[in-house]
Amino acid sequence: MSRERPDAGMQKLPAGVHWTRRVGNRVAIGACVLATAIVVLPLALLIVRLLESGLRDLSLDFFLHMPKPVGELGGGMANAIVGTLIVVGIGAVIAVPVGVAAGVYLAEYGRERLTTVVRYTADVLAGAPSIVVGVAVFGLLVVPMGRFSALAGGVALAVLMLPTIVRATEEVVRLVPASYRQAALALGAPSWVATMRVVLPAARAGVTTAALLAVARASGETAPLLFTALGNRFWTTRVDQPIATLPVMIYDYARAPYSDWNAQAWTGALTLLVLVTVLSALMRVATQRIR
Amino acid sequence: MSAGAPTRATAFVASRTPSRDESRRFSADDAFALALRIASLAVLAAVLLLVWQTVRGAAPALHAYGPAFLTGTEWNPVAERFGALPYVVGTLVTSAIALLLAVPFGIGAAVFLSEIAPPRTGAVISFMIELLASIPSIVYGLWGVFVLAPFLRTLVEPWLIKHLGFLPLFQGFPFGLGILPAGLVLAIMVVPTVTSVSREILRALPDSLRGAALALGATRAEAIGVTLDAARPGILGAVILALGRALGETMAVTMLIGNTNHMSWSLLGPGATMASVIANEFTEAVGKLHLAALFEVALVLFVVTLIVNAVARLIVLTATGGRRDVAGAA
Repeated sequence: MSRERPDAGMQKLPAGVHWTRRVGNRVAIGACVLATAIVVLPLALLIVRLLESGLRDLSLDFFLHMPKPVGELGGGMANAIVGTLIVVGIGAVIAVPVGVAAGVYLAEYGRERLTTVVRYTADVLAGAPSIVVGVAVFGLLVVPMGRFSALAGGVALAVLMLPTIVRATEEVVRLVPASYRQAALALGAPSWVATMRVVLPAARAGVTTAALLAVARASGETAPLLFTALGNRFWTTRVDQPIATLPVMIYDYARAPYSDWNAQAWTGALTLLVLVTVLSALMRVATQRIR
Repeated sequence: MSAGAPTRATAFVASRTPSRDESRRFSADDAFALALRIASLAVLAAVLLLVWQTVRGAAPALHAYGPAFLTGTEWNPVAERFGALPYVVGTLVTSAIALLLAVPFGIGAAVFLSEIAPPRTGAVISFMIELLASIPSIVYGLWGVFVLAPFLRTLVEPWLIKHLGFLPLFQGFPFGLGILPAGLVLAIMVVPTVTSVSREILRALPDSLRGAALALGATRAEAIGVTLDAARPGILGAVILALGRALGETMAVTMLIGNTNHMSWSLLGPGATMASVIANEFTEAVGKLHLAALFEVALVLFVVTLIVNAVARLIVLTATGGRRDVAGAA
């Protein structure tokens, strides 16, 4: 927003204005400033504490070592970090192609009746509590497979990524000027070539942003992983086995009655937040550049 | 609008090269459209499977308890008697506390960002608020347990008990964990939704509204009052959107609420929400009915958030003249 506004505090009210209105003006504007400060305050407090407690135990060991048995100090969350990457990777591999394709469909075939239904379901999915998704995927995958698995965790995350990808892809594909497509068609390209070679590449930055945003959000999710990926104190990269993930491990370590585990939970949280916010911040910069 | 072109384009290509297309009844274009359609159907299928599985999982409990499930207060896995009222109430109360705190501050911040702040300051604060929205729930939970809870236990709750203890809401002991702490951390988590959606709504209003108010001699604050009045339906949508979020929030609440199905008037005491009881008991559910009861809790939660979100989106869409990006901002 580049709209210029005079600084409200500096507004010169004419001499005839009654003092109650003057005071009211100041109070109302002051209240808004105060409200903003209060909204931002928790962020500051949280970041300060997270850096303070998270950096205290930070060492290379945390990233390279396995969790130690109860009672032994030290150790790291190497398995959970890798596990998060695997589970989020599975989610992305499922959700990105499907989501982008569905988004393109909504943007390019907007007149078909199916689009209304799909758009609505994407909205429903976007509003579904993540714990409900976890519960449902437990019933759909964990029960038939007979065990918790990285695969089930990935599928749960994929379901959470889908709506963001679908809707954002639709938005950015719609932004591609119609003349691009028309030019491609006029040159004799079939419709699908126009979409794949002209429209999608033009929207590439936006689609990538959408996908990464969804992945970033999903990588911080805990609730859907509790009953799907479960957790694991040992090293595994098998997708049909329970797997440790950073958010679930933070949860377990935060609840544990051992202070060294609690301390590691902070380091884990800092790692997770860096992972998520660096991705989201990159997204934001990227989106601003497109617009 | 680039939409709708393909069908006509296919016809166009076909008319230019009739011989090729007549030999192949199923063109590459058709295959491409089919692939996209299948992907879209996958989204639809995901939702249907979600609903189907939740209902199927809940079926034994639905049969066994019927509507009494929602009014029962006993939750006894050993005797297999399940009533979800404490969790429903816990969800409603924590969400109400969250909104009570988040709405005034969130709207105040939205007004500041769209009406008062110089553009650069506004951009920085908007960025911080979006950062607040991107912090994972588990990190809020961790912070809540180790920072917020001790603070509440040692300072805020004793004060509340001493000065407002005559109200049943503030009787009891300062635990640090309970309904109030859970509601407080929820407020922090949903405030970005209130602020960013309200800010977009305010920005969508025509400048002439503010100009007219100022031209009539209104003070800055009075002009803001006029814009707020015009934005009221949209802001209501933002609030309901935040409610949808608060209802389903799991991790931070589970870590802070204390987890008991005992209901009391005190906000300082422990409680539980629908999401928190699922998070706590699901992996340890022993009997078939226990699991089914938890599925039914999930089903109730799903249905409630579905309704709340649908209403919110409808309101925001109407208020912004169909800008889906605003409704989707949360």
